[in-house]
Amino acid sequence: MRLILEKRADRSPFFAIASPFLALLLTLIAGGLIFALRGINPLEGLYVYFVEPVTQLWSVEQLIVKATPLILIGVGLAVCYMANVWNIGAEGQLTMGAIAGSIAPVMFPDWQDPSILVVMLIMGTVGGALFGAVPGLLKTRFNANEILTSLMLVYVAGLFLDWLVRGPWRDPQGYNFPVTKTFAGWQLLPTFGGTIHLGALFALLACAALAFVMAKTLIGFEIKVTGNAPRAGRFAGFSRNRMVMLCFLLSGGLAGLAGICEVASVVGKLQPQISPGYGFAAIIVAFLGRLNPLGVLFAGLLLALSYIGGEAAQVTLGISDKIAKVFQGILLFFILSCDTLILYRIKFEMGRVGALKAAE
Amino acid sequence: MDQSLAVLLTIITAATPLLIAAMGELVVERSGVLNLGVEGMMVMGAVAGFAVAFLTGSTLLGVVAAIFAGIAMSALFGLLTLTLVANQVAAGLALTLLGLGLSGLIGEPFVGQPGVKMPTLFGIDALVPFSFLLTAGVAYVLFKTKIGLVIRAVGNSHNSAHALGYRVIALRYLSVMFGGACAGLAGGYLSLAYTPQWIENMTAGRGWIALALVVFASWRPLRTLVGAYLFGAVSILGFVVQSMGLGIPSQFLSALPYIVTIIALVIISGNKRLTQANTPACLAQSFVPDR
Repeated sequence: MRLILEKRADRSPFFAIASPFLALLLTLIAGGLIFALRGINPLEGLYVYFVEPVTQLWSVEQLIVKATPLILIGVGLAVCYMANVWNIGAEGQLTMGAIAGSIAPVMFPDWQDPSILVVMLIMGTVGGALFGAVPGLLKTRFNANEILTSLMLVYVAGLFLDWLVRGPWRDPQGYNFPVTKTFAGWQLLPTFGGTIHLGALFALLACAALAFVMAKTLIGFEIKVTGNAPRAGRFAGFSRNRMVMLCFLLSGGLAGLAGICEVASVVGKLQPQISPGYGFAAIIVAFLGRLNPLGVLFAGLLLALSYIGGEAAQVTLGISDKIAKVFQGILLFFILSCDTLILYRIKFEMGRVGALKAAE
Repeated sequence: MDQSLAVLLTIITAATPLLIAAMGELVVERSGVLNLGVEGMMVMGAVAGFAVAFLTGSTLLGVVAAIFAGIAMSALFGLLTLTLVANQVAAGLALTLLGLGLSGLIGEPFVGQPGVKMPTLFGIDALVPFSFLLTAGVAYVLFKTKIGLVIRAVGNSHNSAHALGYRVIALRYLSVMFGGACAGLAGGYLSLAYTPQWIENMTAGRGWIALALVVFASWRPLRTLVGAYLFGAVSILGFVVQSMGLGIPSQFLSALPYIVTIIALVIISGNKRLTQANTPACLAQSFVPDR
């Protein structure tokens, strides 16, 4: 039996919407299988992992807190990937944003008025954008593959942060732990009562703004054309280099903003580890959200659920929270597989004779 | 004298996994497929190799397990990109994320366990000469045999190769799985010879460096060999400088291989004669036969 792809005359509008849901369903089935292999009742496992966390108020709060960086980064990456610009170094841009944004509170720990928060947020965003501009510049000036350079810079940023918190920026009163002084007062983002902080609002605004830009403006049109039909884009006079730089500055800036928001809320200081791989998980968010800013909003919540569910599974089921990353990887696999259905019909044929008959 | 010999040996062990993984990816890319999941396949090879060697006490079985783990991962990639014609860049990222996640989960019970080290002769293990044979073999097959010519033809123009009656998809599957075997083996080398233990994410970007190496070597096997040893030397340079006690922070030295990779990419990619002439014309393009 062989599997044959038959090109559809047009994109299937049904599968364009159904494919992420189908991918989700397949991921749940695969997840159930993994639970079963580990000797856990699959239904109970899936309930603990995916349902229970959204039944309690505090964990819904956690969900939004975790979704905030994922959405901020994911929406920027969605625009990048739409333009066929492959920034996969968001984790590094997040780190550099966190570092740049932390300059003010680390250097002036006694600076306590709203202005420091503004400075932190601006510097974080600019830091991420500038660090994102590096692979962009190397791509446009030297034609160096942006996938590889942006990824390499993730390691460079991580090591730089490690050096800072173990060396010059270490809190002298920190009992030798590799951390900076804990941020306080106006050096932290205001919250909406509980743990949800101002970053959630930034994430919403970023999605709304980019949804508008992509749908209604010339820049959005340019991004889509250079991504889908680069030749047409060239004839129309759209500059590919300008697009690459724009995408890297935008996604780097948003990742940097996510970084400083994390540091100025959940983490509260700089330390060697400031993100559980949000920059990489956001790649999945972008694809699951169909590279659409509004889709990213929901996809971010779902990926956040995968983190929270992992913690819940560890506590309740005694299974490692590393399973979260497995679910995330499987999910991306199924998304990409199901997207095939948008452009192709899948047929199964028996043997080579069948294939020949079909060709006649 | 003794010390410089020790440094040379460390350079060899640092270069070997890069060389093996890059040699596999070179064949994959020559066939027109861009598999960015080298890191994921490598890390799966590392965990499978360690686990099997730890449970059986045999490094040979560990190596075999590492190879099969790599092949299994690459087959998954083949299914996604060759059969279901998914975007190769995205699928490669998926493979890496899945590999890193899965290896973390599988490897959890093995963290901190004592590893089994591959036997060595004068400080050299069997995979070092093997990596040279592999390089020679790939160079010979790709450029001196018919099957190599067909693989390159598939990579340069899949439509023409298909029109001539060659089975594009089947050949690409074979190439991708060869790449998977090499990446898995390279990962196994890390956990069985380079640092005989299991640490989460122990590949530390080497899969990506191997990918960069293929570009750096402009898709040529012998240049890949030279490149792998250059990179091996750079990553060891850090330790040597540190042992001299110049007071350079260790993090800066650890960052060196990544920075050198970027610089190498910049230098090579700016050179059109080297890159564009050798880049497989159909690299990363999906192929759906017209029937």
